[in-house]
Amino acid sequence: MLKLHKTIESNSALLIFGILIVTSIGGFVQIVPNLFDESLHKGTANVRPYSALELTGRDIYIREGCVGCHSQQVRPLVAEVMRYGAASTSGEGIYDRPFLWGSKRTGPDLARLGGKYSDKWHELHLHNPRSVVPQSIMPAYPWLAKNKVDKSIIVAKMQLLKKMGHPYTDAEIKQAKSAISDKTELDAIIAYLQILGTFR
Amino acid sequence: MNKNLYYTDSATVFLIACTMIWAVIGMSAGVYLAAELVMPHLNFDIAQITFGRLRPFHTNAVIFGFGGSALIATAFYSVQRTCHVRLFSPKLAWIVAIGWQIGVAAGVSSLLMGYTSSKEYAEFEWPIDIAVTIVWVSFAIVFFGTLATRKIRPIYVSNWFYGALIIVVAMLHIVNNLAIPYSWMQSYPIYEGTQDAIVQWWYGHNAVGFFLTAGFLGMFYYTLPKQAGRPVWSYRLSVIAFWAFIYTYIWVGPHHLHYTSIPDWLMTVAMVMSVILILPSWATMVNAVMTMSGAWDKLRTDPGMKFVVVSMIFYAMSTFEGPMLAIKSVNVISHYTDWTVGHVHSGALGWNAFVTFGTLYFLVPKLLGTTELFSKRLANVHFWIALMGVLLYIVALWGSGVAQGVMNLALNDYGHLNYSFIDIMLVTIPYHWIRLVGGLLFLSGALLMTYNLYRTYAASKSALPVLVKIPKVHAGNEI
Repeated sequence: MLKLHKTIESNSALLIFGILIVTSIGGFVQIVPNLFDESLHKGTANVRPYSALELTGRDIYIREGCVGCHSQQVRPLVAEVMRYGAASTSGEGIYDRPFLWGSKRTGPDLARLGGKYSDKWHELHLHNPRSVVPQSIMPAYPWLAKNKVDKSIIVAKMQLLKKMGHPYTDAEIKQAKSAISDKTELDAIIAYLQILGTFR
Repeated sequence: MNKNLYYTDSATVFLIACTMIWAVIGMSAGVYLAAELVMPHLNFDIAQITFGRLRPFHTNAVIFGFGGSALIATAFYSVQRTCHVRLFSPKLAWIVAIGWQIGVAAGVSSLLMGYTSSKEYAEFEWPIDIAVTIVWVSFAIVFFGTLATRKIRPIYVSNWFYGALIIVVAMLHIVNNLAIPYSWMQSYPIYEGTQDAIVQWWYGHNAVGFFLTAGFLGMFYYTLPKQAGRPVWSYRLSVIAFWAFIYTYIWVGPHHLHYTSIPDWLMTVAMVMSVILILPSWATMVNAVMTMSGAWDKLRTDPGMKFVVVSMIFYAMSTFEGPMLAIKSVNVISHYTDWTVGHVHSGALGWNAFVTFGTLYFLVPKLLGTTELFSKRLANVHFWIALMGVLLYIVALWGSGVAQGVMNLALNDYGHLNYSFIDIMLVTIPYHWIRLVGGLLFLSGALLMTYNLYRTYAASKSALPVLVKIPKVHAGNEI
């Protein structure tokens, strides 16, 4: 064995290939079979692609880095299901690009947020979280109400997603611009927050 | 003068300066984030500095700005000394050094502007990903080109680790960032939902494994024997530890996804491999401790040595804590809590930053042609406040992390949840204050060091550039 290593460590090309082969095995086994595992890529009964407004809201959620403090993944543990709702499943997220499961709960999990609060509550909360939750440490997002959504890229987004297999109809894509015209970023993000958990 | 008789270190000197600048920028952002958590009005309703945008700025500035510059600087320095040859292409080395700064600076600025892929530690959007890939490939050409033109037959162990860093990070970066653009700064990934999560955490944990561990072990394997003036204790152990380490590490990513909707077998494999990983990790630690034996007295006289030895202790602790957190029944408490954040910082501050500080205190006087730092005493002060800082930081987050994890799962006698989310959040606040103090101490230490290194540089810059002649290879070791 050590002799083999003497050869490898005297030849930089062998060393490169050695590292490449040894480190490829784990990644290959973990990633490639899952590409073909149907149970990971099959949707639930209620899952559908995001509407133009919801998709815009989701991308604002990404832009503001909400995922840094809010997870969207309920684990199948008694206390967690009681706290947030049913455990998350793979089929809910087949139209999630990128996934937004998060890794930290500085704030609560949002996977089952939809319908829990009124639109008005979200409006107040996003404008100043402490107006509805006095102890909250969440930043305020007053600019969301002031900014109109950027409609210029919605068609490009939906066409790209359609190519990736999201079943948008041509009519949906055609009406996308008018569907979000005059909407603020606040409207969009609330539309997104209100459907969280409804794809179960 | 025949240039090929001398080492070339100008890019290294530049990169060391960048390392310290990124340390101050990245750690300041971290301290500010810690302050936002206890004083939310510090977000000032300014989009660019809200927690959500500043957090990836902080992580990318410290990992890629500070860590990346330090790794490239020390790779350029040590690959020449261990190969007894000048860098393969000093011009390309300068392009790498400057290109890396531009790439990371553009990347972290774009994060503040809201352009993010949202994948942790891979937040840069596609144009920056492409730019960074080009710089990284150039780094590979310089590094492996130097290996290929070396004058000494065996490739020294530090170079295997730097080699693994370069190859595997390239693979991870490319596969995880595969995306199709829909505008000049935005894109959607080719993976969806659960598949995206699996690919991301294969990347995410191996960014820790190969960027923050393999790379820094390369730095460590060069610096420690040099500082101690003793050869690596067991070369055989380092061989076994290297191959076992890189093989095992690549499997452990899904431990970030315990109890989520990924397949169960992935979690189990990741958990088992994580526990096995203690062996190669600790083999390296044992090797280091044994290399030190007979040289422990240097701890009294060399502040750089203190940093490097303590970095090994934090390395040992983090590589034990990590596998423990990867066990499902521990992870059920620690996941989503401050415990994870504390764990990352015990590695990033206690191990990565400490080994970097120790290495730079050792290298900078050499690069400047002097024997002494501007102030050894200041370096000692830095050591103690940095140590206090990192200890306060991780102990505080153990406290808040365990509290969060246990309170999240606690049920009362009637089977109802015992605590609301607000209850849990309020418990963490005193701990977050302590963490802020710890972070401030650590940042102050980095500022002292920057000042100390600058004064060392200012005192000897007239002698620059220092030309170091390449020594003759011992008979029998020629290629």
